[in-house]
Amino acid sequence: MLLNTPSSPHFHGPSTVTKVMLRVAYALIPGMLIYSWLFGWGVIINVLLASVTALATEALMLRLRQRPVKMFLTDGSALVTALLLGLALPPLAPWWMVLIGTAFAIIFAKHLYGGLGFNPFNPAMVGYVMLLISFPREMTSWPAPLSLSEVHLTLSQSLAYVFGGNLPAGIKLDALTMATPLDALRTELSLNKTMEEITASPIFGSIAGSGWEWINIAFLAGGLWLMYKNIISWHVPAAMLGSLALISLAFYFIEPATYASPLFHLFSGGAILGAFFIATDPVSGATTPRGRIYFGIGVGVLTYAIRSWGGYPDAVAFSVLLMNMAAPTIDHYTRPQVFGHGGK
Amino acid sequence: MIRQLFNFKGGVHPPQHKHSSTAQPIRPATLAKQLVLPLHQHIGESAVPIVEVGDHVLKGQKIARAEGYVSASVHASSSGTVVAIEERPIPHPSGLNAQCIVIDTDAEDRWIEHGAPVTPYTEMPASQLRNLIRTSGIVGLGGAGFPSYIKLNPAGCQIDTLILNGVECEPYISCDDMLMRERPEQIIAGAKIMRHALQAKQVLIAIEDNKPEAYAALVDVCAGEDFEVVQVPTLYPQGSEKQLIKVLTDKEVPSNGLPVQIGIVVHNVGTAAAIHNAIDLGKPLTSRIVTITGDGVAEPCNLEVPFGTPMQHLLDQCGGLRNDVDRIIMGGPMMGFAMHSTAIPVVKTTNCILAATKDNVTPPSDVMPCIRCGACADVCPVELLPQQLQWFARAKEFDRAQEYNLFDCIECGCCSYVCPSNIPLVHFYRYAKTEIWSQEREKEKADQARQRHEFRQSRIEREAAEKAARLAKKKAAAQAGGGDKQAAIQAAMARAKAKKHAQGSGPKNTDNLTESQQQQVNKADEMRAKAQQIAESRRAQAQAAMTDKPGNTAKSDSDNQAAKDEKE
Repeated sequence: MLLNTPSSPHFHGPSTVTKVMLRVAYALIPGMLIYSWLFGWGVIINVLLASVTALATEALMLRLRQRPVKMFLTDGSALVTALLLGLALPPLAPWWMVLIGTAFAIIFAKHLYGGLGFNPFNPAMVGYVMLLISFPREMTSWPAPLSLSEVHLTLSQSLAYVFGGNLPAGIKLDALTMATPLDALRTELSLNKTMEEITASPIFGSIAGSGWEWINIAFLAGGLWLMYKNIISWHVPAAMLGSLALISLAFYFIEPATYASPLFHLFSGGAILGAFFIATDPVSGATTPRGRIYFGIGVGVLTYAIRSWGGYPDAVAFSVLLMNMAAPTIDHYTRPQVFGHGGK
Repeated sequence: MIRQLFNFKGGVHPPQHKHSSTAQPIRPATLAKQLVLPLHQHIGESAVPIVEVGDHVLKGQKIARAEGYVSASVHASSSGTVVAIEERPIPHPSGLNAQCIVIDTDAEDRWIEHGAPVTPYTEMPASQLRNLIRTSGIVGLGGAGFPSYIKLNPAGCQIDTLILNGVECEPYISCDDMLMRERPEQIIAGAKIMRHALQAKQVLIAIEDNKPEAYAALVDVCAGEDFEVVQVPTLYPQGSEKQLIKVLTDKEVPSNGLPVQIGIVVHNVGTAAAIHNAIDLGKPLTSRIVTITGDGVAEPCNLEVPFGTPMQHLLDQCGGLRNDVDRIIMGGPMMGFAMHSTAIPVVKTTNCILAATKDNVTPPSDVMPCIRCGACADVCPVELLPQQLQWFARAKEFDRAQEYNLFDCIECGCCSYVCPSNIPLVHFYRYAKTEIWSQEREKEKADQARQRHEFRQSRIEREAAEKAARLAKKKAAAQAGGGDKQAAIQAAMARAKAKKHAQGSGPKNTDNLTESQQQQVNKADEMRAKAQQIAESRRAQAQAAMTDKPGNTAKSDSDNQAAKDEKE
């Protein structure tokens, strides 16, 4: 009798790519729900639209590349890209923008580089940046938090606006949109207002912008759960948020009139989402433990620099993409010391 | 006193599955009709047979002697007749055959005369003790099978700690656990002998905390001894020597180095018991405890098995194999290897036979691309970068793989175990290692060939140069010294004449000649003088010819012949 002789190990743990990706997706749900609670149906529409586009594009690309469609379509990676991009886009963005951004992310940032595991840049951020550069007006037109707005669009009204650009009679676009806290900060600072005057505005809420602080807290909870589940390591989030906090604290300490507080930086815009869900993307980030710390510091410092002195209000996408480029070099120089090689 | 423990980085917690085989006590295996004893059951040189086909052997009789330093003897594991010394399948991942001594047992299982040595071990010099252990065929019973006597040689180092390894971190295996539960006094007795040979300052016995019964049993027999039984938290691959040393002492054995260099020696608990049997009872190593387990057998258990017993014979004793057996693994599921046949014999390194069904092992599933998550690096007990090593192996960048310390990999399988993409990482490292080895062999061969070629080339050149020099010298000599030769000839002739003349001065038979006789003599003299004249003129002609044509062709030919001989 000749028996089966595969090589060891004969055991495999429970982890699979699908499980990893789905956990990331689950961890995004609390933030997503609070986001849509505070900003309306536009958030959900974005996410669903992006998901459908991502899965369709993924299937198409897999077919074209003659790869097993079912195996890769169910790995969840396209879904995570779609969720991240959908959450990064302004709610109530026109449908074609979501579609173009997502398709671009999947086709150009992912599959043209070789698909899952081979993309040097975070696909969601590539899609986001492409849209930001191509459609700056649409990309910076953010709806007001429902708490500060008199206009609340219903689901059908939201759909009508997203797909047809039609607002209900009597509602003007101006009534619907409002600058984000980061945007407002940038504009007001350029008008030489002091931080105290600026943050007195209701959109700034209690710590980092009305509504935004709650969204970020929800994302923080999801991120901590991922850490607890060992899907992400502490290195990137800690390094990114730590460096962002330290550098903003330093400037805040020197000149509080013109620089926002560390808390504002941590809990506004995409800082938390970026730290736990975007900069931790294993494929495009650094992979050694020490390398991840440098990677996180890089993202944190660049985020602060671009927010404070750059041309765009938020900067997580640019920082992540810039650090993606540095990841292979970081990995090369941060190899851990091997057991028995000059340790104890 | 609670000992401070340390951590090695990484490690995994695979499901243990140990309980199924620990429900029953250790039983002796029934005797098989035929035993197949491979000559190579250990690390090192194969043993050399010292019996012949047809010989009757007794249990414990040495049938093959250790050859070389790293080697171990083989003993008959039961009494019977040697029926063959030939190639048979042996437990090896290659599935290849190797030389074995085959014994048809006579069911008497009769021991050769043996007994405790007259001198107690405490009065024996360490070298004699080691020699006894060597001739008893004892090798590391933890799985690697390194000849134990070598590891009992302090080699000039001061041994601080002797560690007895009862960790047994691989899932399913329970032979050490059962040994510690049932025969702790043998382990302690062996440990004393080892300590004596090594002159170790302290002895630690490490047991994972998933074996509380074994721990209790050893603590019990250690009462009053200065041995320390240490319970370590369960973590795979803690049973690996270097990782265990780190946990117990916080010391790292240097890469490529041996524990003895940092004053530590680690032996398996089973080896300690075997040494006790050899030294205190005079019994060489002829059997071991083997765990037969997995859902593929009806009654998992631990058996005391004579070496050479076919695995099928043991599986039959455990209720036989179920039909849905997927693979038979020798060793554990993390590092053991699957065997192609159940006819393969149990050897000194067979700690477990795992008859695994599809539920016991992870069936092969789709391999996804690496998502660079780094889970592999998090669990690597050697702190390598498994992911990068895998890229280098795939790309055949073997130089870079070595730069990333490929050869420090212990193939424990943790990286493959946690990989979400299900990449057979260890497979890649084995592939890379084998490729590097074969490249090195090729390179060595090429180097030798090149050296030989270069040497031949230089020798031919040297010979040609020497020949040219010799010829030039001769030519010069012939040109310059033509006259010298003639002078030498003249001188020789003069000497001969003088000699003749001197002879003539003595009384001769020509002194008292008659007239007619004198005339005859004169005539002859004249004729001789004439002949001499002719000869001389001829010689002068020949000499003139010789100076015209310099060099000595005959000599040159013989030189050529000599050169040819040398070449061949």
